Amino acid sequence: MDSRFGLDRRVTLPGALALDGGGALSPVEIAYETHGRLDADAGNAVLICHALTMDQHVASPHPRTGKPGWWLTMVGPGKPIDTDRFLVICANVLGSCMGSSGPASLNPETGRPWGMAFPVITIRDMVRAQAMLLDHLGIARLAAVVGGSMGGMQALSWAATYSERVGAALVIASTARHSAQNIAFHEVGRQAVMADPRWNGGDYYDAEPPAAGLAVARMAAHITYLSEAGLTEKFGRRLQARDAKSFGFDADFQVESYLRHQGLSFVDRFDANSYLYITRAMDYFDLAEEHGGTLARAFSSATRFCLVSFDTDWLYPTAESRHIVHALNAAGAPASFVELASPYGHDAFLLDSPELARVVAGFLRA
Amino acid sequence: MSEAPLRRPTLRPDLEIIANHVEPRARVLDVGCGTGDLMAELRAHKQVDARGLEIDPANVAAAVARGLSVVQGDADVDLADYPSDSFDYAILSQTLQTARAPDRVLDELLRIGRRAFVSFPNFAHWRVRLSLLWGGRMPVTRLLPERWYDTPNIHHLTVDDFRAFLAERDVAVERSWFLSGDRARGAAAANLLSEHAIFLLHRRNQAF
Repeated sequence: MDSRFGLDRRVTLPGALALDGGGALSPVEIAYETHGRLDADAGNAVLICHALTMDQHVASPHPRTGKPGWWLTMVGPGKPIDTDRFLVICANVLGSCMGSSGPASLNPETGRPWGMAFPVITIRDMVRAQAMLLDHLGIARLAAVVGGSMGGMQALSWAATYSERVGAALVIASTARHSAQNIAFHEVGRQAVMADPRWNGGDYYDAEPPAAGLAVARMAAHITYLSEAGLTEKFGRRLQARDAKSFGFDADFQVESYLRHQGLSFVDRFDANSYLYITRAMDYFDLAEEHGGTLARAFSSATRFCLVSFDTDWLYPTAESRHIVHALNAAGAPASFVELASPYGHDAFLLDSPELARVVAGFLRA
Repeated sequence: MSEAPLRRPTLRPDLEIIANHVEPRARVLDVGCGTGDLMAELRAHKQVDARGLEIDPANVAAAVARGLSVVQGDADVDLADYPSDSFDYAILSQTLQTARAPDRVLDELLRIGRRAFVSFPNFAHWRVRLSLLWGGRMPVTRLLPERWYDTPNIHHLTVDDFRAFLAERDVAVERSWFLSGDRARGAAAANLLSEHAIFLLHRRNQAF
């Protein structure tokens, strides 16, 4: 049994990771999981890139929450991303807090957690670290790279940075650049974290973490993952376990109670500084800017693309996917695009959708 | 892998003619490709690099699930985003009469493709003429099955309309085919006797 493959794997990358912001990070540890078997010619690897607060547990239980893998609808034997057919890899992104190097990791120079001394990273830095992981696994070329939301940004960055290593890129509910509105929402979240006195300039690892600030950040962000119609359908103006308004500031409404729960359960599994660093990386993402201002220059015809958007996603709306499709057409890249109908907003990509399953399975089978 | 069907699904007759006259290994854009029947045929039998544009999301999902490269979009809007001369053929089958601006769509088609196939139902076929003449109602026929209020065919045209339109715009007709009851027929009196027309076009100044 090759110890590089399986669940709960970790590797310290050989050498330093050069960063877009200048300088290099060393050592870099990457936590990852694989499902399925690598073919003898190593040609059946699919890399799944995860979203902001997700992790490598795409199809295995989360070690802290015990919840099932976050994309079980899509990944597994006989599923659209078929582990009987593909070797599926999912790695915790650089800057996160589930085993890969991030602000909570130890700074070798001080022997203490990096905190805000951790370098600011980019989506492309995350992708470079993943490329070094693939080198470690002996995979020269991916059959496909797949991702939703921030995972889609990584998939796009993969195709732009290592086109010769990517056979196909599947980009779901994502964007080629963060808009002013996207940045604005992230800034609200970061300021909520930093306004919590427990944040302490990012140095809280020996004390209580800034849970209140991080919970507010999560609450604000969570609203952007849902649609207005979805919220109305799920909660309306219904009251939470009471018959009348309290004329106070308890969570009178179900939607308030729900958001508070989302915030509180998030702080148990996520590091506040990681939230700052990863949202920053997303805000800095502008694939056209990395290619002289012309998005089409980011792409070659060596990679097949498929883009999927959801009609109620106002975080990364359909227009953003269309913008990418136009650039792919201009680059002559084989591209597919479909806008799927869903009442669930941005989160739709994580939910069970027969239409999405059909598109993903068909695109990967081609 | 899905198993190959026992019998190749039969292509619509106009698509069969187009499929038979596309050069092998060409680059093709199928505008209004539906679920990708023509693209699949061209890919399987002519090693064509086929791309599609289709307005209906369910059709796009079905085409992508067949492994075809299809973009959801509207011919009236989204053709503008394709670079000039990026395809050997641009194909518009039974879609011209549904466009809001068929003239602009045809201009875009001939800009994007070095050649264009255009097929459409002929509104001057004798059965349509008789239906309007004797019935006094908008014709509902086999090729035009919808009623006046729910038809997507908002710009009906005839073979002679199309020829005049091409002449005005300095577009050369390389070949044309006419169908009646799914069978090919000659060009004689095509405006009266053909139910369906297919034209292979190019810009007059086009170098090959």
